[in-house]
Amino acid sequence: MRIGYYPGCSLHATSREFDESLRATAVALDVELAEIDDWSCCGATSGHATSHLLSVALPARNLALAEEQGMQEVLAPCAACYNRLASASHSLREDAGLEIKIKEILARPFANTVRVRNVMELYRSLIPQITEKSAGRLKGMKVACYYGCLLVRPPGVLAFDDAEQPTSMDEICRATGATSVDWNLKVECCGGAFSLSRTASVIRLGRAILEDARKAGAEALIVACPMCHSNLDFRQSAMTQSGETPMPVLFLSELVGMGLGLSARDMGMKRHFVNTGPIEKRATETAAQVAAEAAAKAAKAAETAAKATAQAGTAPAGKGVA
Amino acid sequence: MSTSGAHGHATAPATLAAELRGKTGQNPAECYQCGKCSAGCPMAVETLLRPHDVMRLIGGDRRETLLEGESIWLCLTCEACTARCPNGCDPARMIDALREMSVARAPRAVGAFHRSFLDQVKANGRMFEFGLVLEYKLRSGKLLNDVFSTPGMISRGLLKFVPSPIKGVADVRRIFAACEREAARDLHASGADGRDQ
Ligand code: SF4
Ligand code: SF4
Repeated sequence: MRIGYYPGCSLHATSREFDESLRATAVALDVELAEIDDWSCCGATSGHATSHLLSVALPARNLALAEEQGMQEVLAPCAACYNRLASASHSLREDAGLEIKIKEILARPFANTVRVRNVMELYRSLIPQITEKSAGRLKGMKVACYYGCLLVRPPGVLAFDDAEQPTSMDEICRATGATSVDWNLKVECCGGAFSLSRTASVIRLGRAILEDARKAGAEALIVACPMCHSNLDFRQSAMTQSGETPMPVLFLSELVGMGLGLSARDMGMKRHFVNTGPIEKRATETAAQVAAEAAAKAAKAAETAAKATAQAGTAPAGKGVA
Repeated sequence: MSTSGAHGHATAPATLAAELRGKTGQNPAECYQCGKCSAGCPMAVETLLRPHDVMRLIGGDRRETLLEGESIWLCLTCEACTARCPNGCDPARMIDALREMSVARAPRAVGAFHRSFLDQVKANGRMFEFGLVLEYKLRSGKLLNDVFSTPGMISRGLLKFVPSPIKGVADVRRIFAACEREAARDLHASGADGRDQ
C-alpha cells in the first residue's frame, strides 16, 4: 500500500518521535509513505484565527502539490494539520466563490481531488495486520485513548468517527492486545494552541484529563496529536501533585509499534519528558507472558497431536492384526 | 461582496449580525440561547463572554464589547460549542470571524504568538519552532518568563536550530501577499479604515 505523506512542521521538530514511530510501523505493516515534495506549513491555528482565506490557501497549496505528484490520498498524522487540510478541502467543495479565489491565488492547476486521512484511519484499515503481527503482545496493558478536539470536530467536516464517543483509536489499541479503559474526557480539549501564550489554562485542562484517566485505571495515555502530546507530556510535571505516579503519554504510533515488537529506541521514545521506561518494561513483561502462554499452548497442542497420532498409529495396526 | 453605496461612499453594514452573516454564511439570529454550547466550553470558567454570550451580544450589536474585549481571544477553537449546538449554529466560526475583524486589537500575548508564527511561515514556508519561541518571547516581552524550558528541549534534540526555507518559499509568500491584499480590500470596503469617512 502506498499513500501520500504530509508530515507537517511539528513532526519535523518537537514531535519527531511521532514521525519516527509512524515510519517504523509503516515499514512493519508494508505501507509506503510518499512525502509530498516541497510541502509548506498548513497555517495551523494562527492561520484561521487571523484570516479565513489564508487558512484555506495555505493547505490548498499542499493539496495541489499532492495532486500534481499523482497522489489520491494524503496522510496527515498531526491532528492540527489533518484538521486544516480536511477543513480547507471541505470549504472549497462547499463554496464555489472561495474555490475561484483560491485557484487564482495558487496560480497552479488544482481540482481538489485528494482525500485527507488521519493516522487513525490508516491504522483502522490495517487492524487485521496489526492483530496478526502483534499476536496479543500487549495483553493486559490498560490505556486511555485521548482524541481531543481536532481529530473529531467539527463533525460535519471530519466524519470518520462519532464526534462524542469515538472508538477508532480504542479498536486499534485493542488490536495490539491492550485494554482501552472507559473514561469521561476522551474528547475534551487540552488547551492546545495556548501552550505558549496561556500556560495556566493548559495546566488546568491537562490536570483534569490526567486525573480522569488515572481514575479509570489507565497506565498510559494514548494521543494522536502533537499539541496534545506536548501539553500533556512536557507540561505534566506542573499538572501532577507530588506522590502521584507520572502518566506516560504515547503517540498511537508508539503503542502500535510496541505491539508490533519494535524497539523504543527506533521509535524515538527517549525524547519524551515523562519517563516511558516503566511502560516499556510493562510491554516487555506482557510480551514475555503472552509468548510463554503461546509456547505452553503450542506444547500442549503438540502433545495432544502426538497422542492423536499415537492413537491413530495403534488403530490401523490393531485392524491389521484382526 | 461590495458594501459601497450608490454615491460611492462606503457605508458600514447596518448591523454586526448582518456583517457576520456575510462573512460566514451563518445567521447568528438563529441562536435561541439554550446555553448548551457554553456548558461544554473548556474556557467557560476563565472567559468573560462564553459562546452563548457571544451569540447574544452579536444579536445586540455590541461591536465594541466583542471586538475590544479579551474574550474572543480566549477561545481555543476546540469546536465543542459548534459540534453540540442542537440548533446548527456555529459559535466557533463566529468567534473566528470576530477575531479576524479585530486582529489589530488582539491582546499582546495571543496576538504576538499568531504574528510570530505566521512571520516564520512567510519567511521559510514552514514553521521552525525554536525561532518561533525566540520571536514570541521578544514580541510579548516575556523574556524572563519560563514559557518554554528551552534547555530541556535542546538536550532532547527536540528543537531545530537553523531554518532552511523550502524551494517554493516564493510561492508561499505570494499566497500571503494575496490574502493580505484581499483583507485590505475588505477593510476598505467596510469603511473600517476610515478612508471613506
Ligand atoms: S447551543 Fe446553539 S442555540 Fe444554544 S445557545 Fe449555543 S449557539 Fe445558541
Ligand atoms: S470553540 Fe471556543 S467557544 Fe467554542 S467551546 Fe471551544 S473554546 Fe469554547
